[in-house]
Formats: sequence, structure tokens, C-alpha cells
Amino acid sequence: MSTDPLLSVSDLTVLLPVEGEQRAVLRDVSLDIRAGEAVGLVGESGSGKSMTARAIDRLLPKGAQVHGQIRLRDSDVMTLAGSQLRSYRNQVAMIFQDPRAHVNPVRRIGDFMTEALRTNLGVSPADAAHRAADMLAQVGIEDARRRLHQYPHELSGGMLQRVMIAAALLTEPALLLADEPTTALDVTTQAEVMAIMDELRHQYGLAMLFITHDLELAAAICDRTIVMYAGQVVEVRRSELLHSDPLHPYTAALAAARPDIGSKAARLQAIPGRPLSAFEAPAHECAFAPRCPYAQDACRDGVPPLIDLDGGLSRCLRVGELRGQLEAAHA
Amino acid sequence: MPENESVPVPAPAADRDPRLLTADATGHPAAAGASRAAAGGSPGAGSVSVLEVKSLRKEFGDLVAVDDATFSIEPGRSLAIVGESGSGKTTIARMLVGLERATRGTITACGRDRSRPARSARDRRRRGREIQIVFQDPYTSLDPRQTAERAVDEILRLHHGWEADRRQARIEQLIELVGLDSRQARALPRALSGGQRQRVAIARALAAEPQILILDESVAALDVSIQAQVLNLLADIRDETTVSYILISHDLAVVRQLTDDAIVMHRGKLVERGLTAQVLDDPQHPYTQRLRASVPRPGWKPTRRQLVPAGPADPEDQAEQKGEPVD
Repeated sequence: MSTDPLLSVSDLTVLLPVEGEQRAVLRDVSLDIRAGEAVGLVGESGSGKSMTARAIDRLLPKGAQVHGQIRLRDSDVMTLAGSQLRSYRNQVAMIFQDPRAHVNPVRRIGDFMTEALRTNLGVSPADAAHRAADMLAQVGIEDARRRLHQYPHELSGGMLQRVMIAAALLTEPALLLADEPTTALDVTTQAEVMAIMDELRHQYGLAMLFITHDLELAAAICDRTIVMYAGQVVEVRRSELLHSDPLHPYTAALAAARPDIGSKAARLQAIPGRPLSAFEAPAHECAFAPRCPYAQDACRDGVPPLIDLDGGLSRCLRVGELRGQLEAAHA
Repeated sequence: MPENESVPVPAPAADRDPRLLTADATGHPAAAGASRAAAGGSPGAGSVSVLEVKSLRKEFGDLVAVDDATFSIEPGRSLAIVGESGSGKTTIARMLVGLERATRGTITACGRDRSRPARSARDRRRRGREIQIVFQDPYTSLDPRQTAERAVDEILRLHHGWEADRRQARIEQLIELVGLDSRQARALPRALSGGQRQRVAIARALAAEPQILILDESVAALDVSIQAQVLNLLADIRDETTVSYILISHDLAVVRQLTDDAIVMHRGKLVERGLTAQVLDDPQHPYTQRLRASVPRPGWKPTRRQLVPAGPADPEDQAEQKGEPVD
């Protein structure tokens, strides 16, 4: 636990210009990822989970106002430019939800996959093609040589996502930012893609930030899970404790709201209201308080700090007294 | 491609007979009967199915999207059609509402045939009062220039021909039933969130007072906390009306929550049927087993398909490896 983090984000606040005003989308986000560690980042619409990944990969839109610090080992990510930024992106590779939106439809799979190797790392075209074919085989794609000559439209969604994973791994990154990489896939394909990512991650000692709306998926495949709400981190927890011993009422509510495949509930425990974006949420009190069954006056007196408990973190003033009740109330 | 052989059907245990479907399955009434008996026999004997689908087939060129699907829905019960992309589940929905014409087979809703296109506007309206559908995407299924109230009113005028007062009263009822407030009722879709739009779509579908409401992945795009609200709403509506749902979904937890019976589709074929609880707790067909095993849960470890008992003979694998888009 004492090893230095591979990637460290501290007090990251991001504002984006919307209709002429700067609106907060992230507020004081801090997180660490250690080498080889899988960290889940879970939240609903507007929680800021994707924005966090984009900020880490320096992919924020123009006009974004960014405060705070992002460090990869010893380098300050915010100041990187040009070739340094390209080299950083080879070390921190990103996979997106919709592979089709992130691949040039008129370029062959091989050209797409080997581009970074050829242009940034000076690998010869023949060697690059060889490595690409090799990696395709590792993600379970047969007949890899022929695939390299195909176009994206000739591949199914599941297969194309495997190509994206293979392409991301080619530059031997230290960290994979995976933004809902399986959300658009069928469940059986999701299981397969997750299995492949899990295997290769262990094989290459790769760290991963896995962004998803699916608490169960994050809990199943990540070492730790970070839960976000309204642009803030509200809980950090070892994944195996996320369902059985959550520390924040929102995490517990999110788990309880999902129907259970094993039994039919008389009534689902819906959370009243709707998820808020950072700029809509109350700025000087607990952002979840308006929807929280445990909210008290004190919760509205200021933004609660992240409180340390049992190796986890919770942005809830009542974390100590509510511990244990959250799970019991929603079991 | 010999699809029949490639998905092996295990020898069924004697007490399971009705659940597994063999290639020439014709025992559908028996299956439905067994489900009812197992469920405690909700509808009385001799009750007429609200929907009967027999040997339904749809071809698109060489592709057989739906191959010999037979199922029925008894009054007051809800059916899940479970499957992944390319399973044919959405094609079935489109045939049920008349957006596609069946290549073969019959569809009977509320005792009337709807396998052939409606012959008149009146006929079409009558069909609209039998089956309505709510689509997946709440962002594209509403007219952007129409407020929620007007969207509902349009359906009331079309189907019931009531006077303004009566329509207004019904609009208010429906808007309240789906949990929208009066400000949201007068808002255009762009001012509403995804969950709110989906409520408008549900109110609009219910305005026709259909016997059957098809929910085609209608809650799939919603945030978890909103999805729970909409699922509770759908349960309330079912308690308060006589509507039967057909839930088309890949989400097995949602299926468990909302339906009594389930059929599982794979590559155009109906591979398993039964009570939803049975199908999910004790799946018999290898494909259903694989689907069930693919659902993330605490302690779940994802596996590559080759390692799953279903085996490499799966036609989906072959299709994928041939490079055919399967979705």
C-alpha cells in the first residue's frame, strides 16, 4: 500500500464553457492508481467519470479551465506538449465505448493499429505489422494477417473492440483508461472482452482505470472502486466490500436500485429525483443530500470532506454512525 | 449452416419436458399450460390468449432473422423475450406492431389476425388499441415540437374521439400515472431528461389503452436510479390496468423484475421457454446457461468463450471469425 502511485490526480477541478458561462464538471477529484492495479470509476450520467478519464488523457475540449495536478510517476502531465504528449499517450492508452466512432472507417485495421509504432516509436512497417498480428492473436482473433487488411466495417462490434484493445496494448502502456469499453456489447461478448483484458493486464502488469455505470461489473473486475456523484468522488472502497459494506449512502442506494437477477423485489428501492451534474448540484453542501434518506441539517452546512474509514474513503459526515446500516437497509 | 445441430439440446429431465424446445417443438400450448400450472394457475382454464404467435418466420434475403417462433401470452401475464444482437427479438417486435411483414406464420392479437397489413385506417387504429410499443431511445422516439401533453392528446383524439374536457382529464391522469408534473407536461422533449422522455413515451403508448405494451429495451438507456423508478412505474401500471407487457431485453435482472414468463432467442431461434424465475435460476439450454454465466456479480470471473461449456461450435463464433458483423 505504501508504494508510490503510478498515476496521481490531486484536486482536479474542470470547468467547461456552456452557453457562455463556465460550468463545473469536476470538483476536487483526487485519485491514485498504483502500478498493475485495476481501479473502477463508477457513476451515473453527469457524475464526471468520463470527464476524469479525458482529463487524465489530456483530451478535454478547447476552452476547458483546469485546476489541480495530474502526475504520471514524476512527470507533470498538465504541462506536456508535442512529442512528450504523444509519448505520454503511448504510456496511458485509452479505449472508448464506441469503437466505431474512434477509428477511421476508410483506413485498414493494420494501418490504424501500427500507426503509433511507426510514427512515434520508429518501428519498421514490417516489424510493426508482425507485432500487430501477434497482438490480434492474443486478443483471440484468428487469421490475424488477413484482419490487418480489412476495414472496420467488415468487423463486428465485439471484434472491433478487441482490435482497439490490441492496438492500445501495442505501445506497451503502463496504464489503460477504459471508458465503458463493453457497454455497447452483448453480455456474452462483454464477458469475453473482459476476460481478455483481465488476462493481458496481468500478463503485462498493466494498471487500468475502468469507467462504467455498472457497479456489479466494476466490483467484479477491479481491485478498488471509486464512486462519483455530481463531479465529486464520494466513495473509494476495496471492490469486494462495495456491496457488502458500502461507506456512502449513494453507493448503497445505487446497489439497491438495481434489480436482482436472483429474485423479484416487490418494489425496487428507487432513489428519488435524478442524478445531477456538478454544476446543477448544490455547491456548498453535500451534493447527494437532496436525494439522501439520511441527510441532516449538518449535511447542508458545507461540502463534507473525504473521511478515512477502514481503508476506504467516504464523503459522508455520518459515515461512522451509518456504517453497517447502509448494507442492512438495502440488502 | 447447420445451426440446428450446432446448438446441442441436452436430454431433458422428465419434469422439464415443456421447457426445452426441440427443433420440431409443437408443444407450445402444453408449455404454456405447464408454466401456468407451475405459477399456481393464475388465469382460469379456457381463457383466451391476448397474443398468439404461431410458426413465425422472417427472412431478409438469405438471412433468416426469425425462424419458426411460436409463443402466446395469457391475460394478465407478462412475457420477456430475451436475447442478444442478431437474436431476432426486435424483428419479432416489429412484426407484432406491423412495422415488418412476416414471411410465414400467424400473429393473433386479442383474437384477431394481424399477420397481414391493415386494410384501412380504421383497422390500423384498432390494431393500435391492441398493441403499442415503447422504443429504447427516448431521445429519438418523440416529436421534438410536441409537448408531452400534446403528444398524449394526439393519441387520445385518434383513438377515442373524445371531447376536449374528457381528453384533458385523461391527459392529467396519464401524466400523473407516469410521474410527471404539470410543468414537465407542458415542456418540449428537449427540456426533459432521458427518464422523463421515456415516461412521456409510456404515457403516450398507454393513451391508446392497449391490451399489450411492448417494451423494446425501454429501460436499457436509463441511469440505474432512474431505471428503478421506471420499473416501479411499470409494475404500478400493470397492477392498475389489464395491460400485458412484452419486455424485449438483454438485461436478465430487469427481466426477472418485470415478467412472469420468458422465451430465450438465439440466432433467430427460440431455444428455451418457461417461467422467468425457472429460466434464470436453472437454465437448461447451453446458450441460456452461457447468458446467465456472463452476468457480472460479486465474485464473478469473466471467461473466454472457449472455456465456457457451450463450446466452440457456437455459430456466433463462426460468424464472428468469418468477419460477418453480428450486430
